[in-house]
Amino acid sequence: MAVDRILPTAEAADLMELVRGLVDGELVARAAGDEEKGRFPREVFALLGRSGLLGLPYPGEYGGGDQPYEVYLQVVEELSRGWLAVGLGLSVHTLSCFPVADFGTPGQRAELLPSMIGGELLGAYCLSEAHAGSDAAALATRADAVDGGYRLNGAKSWITHGGAADFYTLFARTGAPDSGARGISCLHVPAGTGGVGADAPERKMGLRSSPTAVVRFEDAVVPAANRVGDEGRGFGIALAALDSGRLGIAACAVGVAQAALDLAVGHSRGRRQFGRPIGDFQGVSFLLADMATQVAAARELYLAAARRRDAGRPFGRRAAMAKLFATDAAMRVTTDAVQVLGGCGYTSDFPAERLMREAKVLQIVEGTNQIQRLVIGRHLARGDE
Amino acid sequence: MNIVVLVKQVPDTATERKLDPADSTVDRAASDGVINELDEYAIEEALLLKEKHGGEVTILSAGPDQATDSIRKALSMGADKAVHLNDAALHGSDALQTAYALAQALGTVEYDLVILGSESTDARTGVVGAALAEYLGLPQLTLANKVDIDGTSVRIQRQTDEGYDVVEATLPAVVSVVEKINEPRYPSFKLIMAAKKKPVAKLGAADAGIDTARVGLANATTEVVDFAAAPPRAAGTVVKDEGNGGVQIADYLAAKKFL
Repeated sequence: MAVDRILPTAEAADLMELVRGLVDGELVARAAGDEEKGRFPREVFALLGRSGLLGLPYPGEYGGGDQPYEVYLQVVEELSRGWLAVGLGLSVHTLSCFPVADFGTPGQRAELLPSMIGGELLGAYCLSEAHAGSDAAALATRADAVDGGYRLNGAKSWITHGGAADFYTLFARTGAPDSGARGISCLHVPAGTGGVGADAPERKMGLRSSPTAVVRFEDAVVPAANRVGDEGRGFGIALAALDSGRLGIAACAVGVAQAALDLAVGHSRGRRQFGRPIGDFQGVSFLLADMATQVAAARELYLAAARRRDAGRPFGRRAAMAKLFATDAAMRVTTDAVQVLGGCGYTSDFPAERLMREAKVLQIVEGTNQIQRLVIGRHLARGDE
Repeated sequence: MNIVVLVKQVPDTATERKLDPADSTVDRAASDGVINELDEYAIEEALLLKEKHGGEVTILSAGPDQATDSIRKALSMGADKAVHLNDAALHGSDALQTAYALAQALGTVEYDLVILGSESTDARTGVVGAALAEYLGLPQLTLANKVDIDGTSVRIQRQTDEGYDVVEATLPAVVSVVEKINEPRYPSFKLIMAAKKKPVAKLGAADAGIDTARVGLANATTEVVDFAAAPPRAAGTVVKDEGNGGVQIADYLAAKKFL
């Protein structure tokens, strides 16, 4: 059953109707098959692009949709309900556009944004490295100043859309090797740049249709004009981007959890034992009630953070809370959905086990849930929102 | 090439549809209104022809206030403008009267081609396209699964049980389409936004020169005398496979003359 949403405008309601149509018409039927084959649905992203969904929270003057995060995130949630690889892909793409949109010069915005968010291109966000995951400021990929630009050398790990993206939003060290968080800069790197390549995608537990790969930079040169923000300010940009990105992951988690809840409720009405639907037994009904409550609470938490962001208020603490709560909720709800489906839930003939595998990755990406607690704790210690 | 697409709002086939027991007309308040499915193919075909030949696509819809939603949806697929024929006098009009009213409304628009779905999912008479062509005095090319235009004429593949006939007529003409013709596009968010600013002309019966004595339930040429819900489906036949299940199924199908 469609989630009954209170949306701020009539256009947002029309947008959600469009998205629901896309999800039910294009995503749901093929998610299981493509996930099993590990097939990346690039053409689905082309369809999202044609439908105007790859630039929703960005300004209309650059071809964006001028939508508040409150609305954009619910689009991410709806897509993730149908297929996490698509919802998370949209979230990562949006994250990849954030530095240019929010920290680029007016010239860079005019030059780069229209194509980045116009629907034809797909982005990837390159922060993590093999030895710089949670401790992202320890990254070692170099961006050395050369005549008219930067020469890039290093390898980025766990990159969503690695090898499939059209541009990489790269964080690399422009300062001395021991310059820490202050020696990092942000660069826009088109995928066609010489010396940029990707390894074969990782073989993952779930989310197999979304390629995750090591992206390598070997003497790749980009013009100085591709640096976003001042030299040495990249880490701050990365963290700001992640504050927003976490909301995207929270929305993804709610979508996956909603799919699991819908599946479990449907099954509990259709499956009969002892002469009645299993949902009539309190043991199952209470399980479903807890699942539904978790999903609803997670949705309201990410929406509350989003509304703070839309109102121009600090939202970092709430974003971390939403990511933490929603992804943990998704893990519980999808696990319980497998339980409600019983033996069927454990087979890949039903989507429950896939949703459970998908939920797990959300507790890890864009800051593990341990890091989210660290972020929340720091905000509390400083008295920040 | 200016094209008019006839769009009818019908009750969503995914919901329970009802007739109003008071006058045997469709109870439009009982379920959500959506664009008649085949009309989406008609809109798509018009947009494809426009992309090839230029010109404008106009949506014409006869229906009550709530038909506005479906008109908006049609515009958000990419049509340029719309005409909404809306008059209480039209309520309960049958297929012939509807065709007459639409023909009159078409008098307010310039067009080279009229495209419509070959039938609606509610009344399913499938005659409006043909009747409309009669009223307009134009050639009718029905059940098209392919449409080509070369400036002064239109050529279609008319779907038949065996294959298709190729039928040609001079423009202007009326073409009805079947679902094999194309794959309707999704609206885009930008077009949804743009659709709100596209012109929708509101026409009453008088504006279209419709003689109200010729339309509406009281003047209808056909009458729904009675209606009943379809009987619930009987339980199916269960074949238990005890080594001869295949034979039993084949016998069953043969008895039903499927084999």
